[in-house]
Amino acid sequence: MKSDSKLLSAPYTVWMTVFIVLPMLLVGYFAFTDKSGSFTMENILSVGQYSNVFLRSIWLGAVATAVSLGLGYPLAYIISKVNVRRQNIMVMLVMLPMWMNFLLRTYAWMTLLEDNGLINSALAAVGLPRVHMINTAGAVVLGMVYNYIPYMILPLYSVLTKIDRSVIEAAQDLGANSREVFWKVVVPMSMPGVISGVTMVFVPAVSTFIISKMLGGGGNLLIGDLIDMQFLGSAYNPNLGSAVSLVLMVIILICMGIMNQFDDGEAVDGGGMLI
Amino acid sequence: MKNTIISLKDIAVSYDGEQILGGFNLEIHAGEFVTLLGPSGCGKTTVLRTIAGFIKPDAGDVFFYDKKITALPPHKREVNTIFQKYALFPHLNVYNNIAFGMRLKGRGEKEIKETVQRMLAMVNLTGYAHRGVSQLSGGQQQRVAIARALANEPKVLLLDEPLGALDLKLRKDMQAELKKIQQQTGITFIFVTHDQEEALSMSDTVVVMDGGVIQQIGSPTDIYNEPRNAFVADFIGESNILDGIMQEDYSVRFAGHDFCCLDGGFGKNIPVDVVIRPEDIKVVEPDSALIAGDVTAVTFKGVHYEIIVDVSGFKWMIQSTECRKVGDRIGLALTPNDIHVMKKSEYSGMYGDYSSFSDEMEETNALPDSMDDNRLTEQNVPPERKASAQKGALNKKNPVSEPEAEEEGGVHEV
Repeated sequence: MKSDSKLLSAPYTVWMTVFIVLPMLLVGYFAFTDKSGSFTMENILSVGQYSNVFLRSIWLGAVATAVSLGLGYPLAYIISKVNVRRQNIMVMLVMLPMWMNFLLRTYAWMTLLEDNGLINSALAAVGLPRVHMINTAGAVVLGMVYNYIPYMILPLYSVLTKIDRSVIEAAQDLGANSREVFWKVVVPMSMPGVISGVTMVFVPAVSTFIISKMLGGGGNLLIGDLIDMQFLGSAYNPNLGSAVSLVLMVIILICMGIMNQFDDGEAVDGGGMLI
Repeated sequence: MKNTIISLKDIAVSYDGEQILGGFNLEIHAGEFVTLLGPSGCGKTTVLRTIAGFIKPDAGDVFFYDKKITALPPHKREVNTIFQKYALFPHLNVYNNIAFGMRLKGRGEKEIKETVQRMLAMVNLTGYAHRGVSQLSGGQQQRVAIARALANEPKVLLLDEPLGALDLKLRKDMQAELKKIQQQTGITFIFVTHDQEEALSMSDTVVVMDGGVIQQIGSPTDIYNEPRNAFVADFIGESNILDGIMQEDYSVRFAGHDFCCLDGGFGKNIPVDVVIRPEDIKVVEPDSALIAGDVTAVTFKGVHYEIIVDVSGFKWMIQSTECRKVGDRIGLALTPNDIHVMKKSEYSGMYGDYSSFSDEMEETNALPDSMDDNRLTEQNVPPERKASAQKGALNKKNPVSEPEAEEEGGVHEV
């Protein structure tokens, strides 16, 4: 039995070593060396001068995550309450935008938000003043929420549907009105879903570059854009790019560590990590 | 005068257009241990959930003492429920589960702590306060559920088949424990079960239900000794149920003979159902009794032997401490005290013959390929028995379907 499972896992082990562990080590190597290949701390230290980019990324990522949670939780809760046939339809509708290419989705928002885009044309047509929307932080947050909210809704939905009806009834029976049932039973029992949803929205939102590039203009540079510039852009410097990536990774790990503190021993397990 | 704590008046409940209860009336007295007993689908859980407030009846009213509570939501009712699958809060430990109701009522932490300790002691779980509920066994979880409900100081405790998921020994312990708790606290218990033994051993009052209708209400001894119809006689314990004619008071004719009995008030020459409990029949020599028959099956049950006797086509069950062999001819002696006469009801003819223990078995055996020599063909089976076979697994006499599978087709001696 044991050797069987070892044999089965061999391809995965090889894959993970070659394509995950090795690249990570390479990133570490580049981050601590200069162009000639000798050890230096300069890259890591110079990341500090981009602290405003880091702060902006984390701030926008956090806002997008909070908005996704605020919008996604009620929707997930509603989906979990309706009958199974409706549930399937609603889950499909949530996932529908994900079938469209990511770039195309974001590009579509550009044409909507532009100063001469669809929304402003519509506003002008009914005699309202035009609103400047494209190339603002708000547009970036909108893009993040639009693209990542399914990753919030799906784990929440999967946890919420698993809550036993009789547990809700037990709470009502013990004197909880519907608000108390929600805050004292439903919310705590759905924490694993909240945590995986938050993680799955926050991490890609913090490190995105295409959304800020297309909807944020030049004024909303994010970490992702910074890294992009070091590898593919004008400021070609893979060593600095690796250092930025490394710092970003550490920051995300710390954020997730803090998040998981909310999910302590008493909470239900299972259903949390959907993907 | 007994004090009515809960009353249901003309309750009607239906699911998806199918009526579960209609014109249902029930009064429950304060401080009693009341059991709602019946086969699955008889509406007993619906009654319980109506009292708890989880079901709003389509018609009729629920009263708590004299107060109408029909429209009151569950969290405002002074009743608490113990659920079949415990329904503990998995995100809380034992202490916080028990404290849940008191916290909602805004009790002080000191009082909560005292009450939790007292409740844990009552259900023998002292020292478990800080365990997570998922670490507990089924029996322990059920005790926590009991403590959680009682900590709320309900006036009525509703128990929805709370012991169904426990193994036999543990179930017996919990039965005794629940009975003790009920006597200590004086709280009215309304207990739902399909287990007749559980109902008999725990209750002050048993309410036997079938098809959304109360068949009989009474003390366990009343229900057992004086069943009102064939359904009750069959569902509670084992019964031989025969067609009879009440010739006059204290004289009944069945199985081809006249017998003295203690029942009267039926009128003259009235068709009735006659119940004879298997343990009341005395096995004697064939020529010293009015009824005699051939033993077709013997099963050892530990305390006694279960003997199936074929008396002119009707299969009797006898419980006797004496062993008899298959093929023996024996006599069945009855005293007037052993004979219980019931009015005819819609259940007449559906139960009471031991050709098989369950209707399902009867249905299976009715297939022609399992016939043998001494079997009756289907045309010979009286119509009411055919009806019973078609009724399917409505009521199972005994989950262990048993020994005389090769025999089939009883005829009622009239």
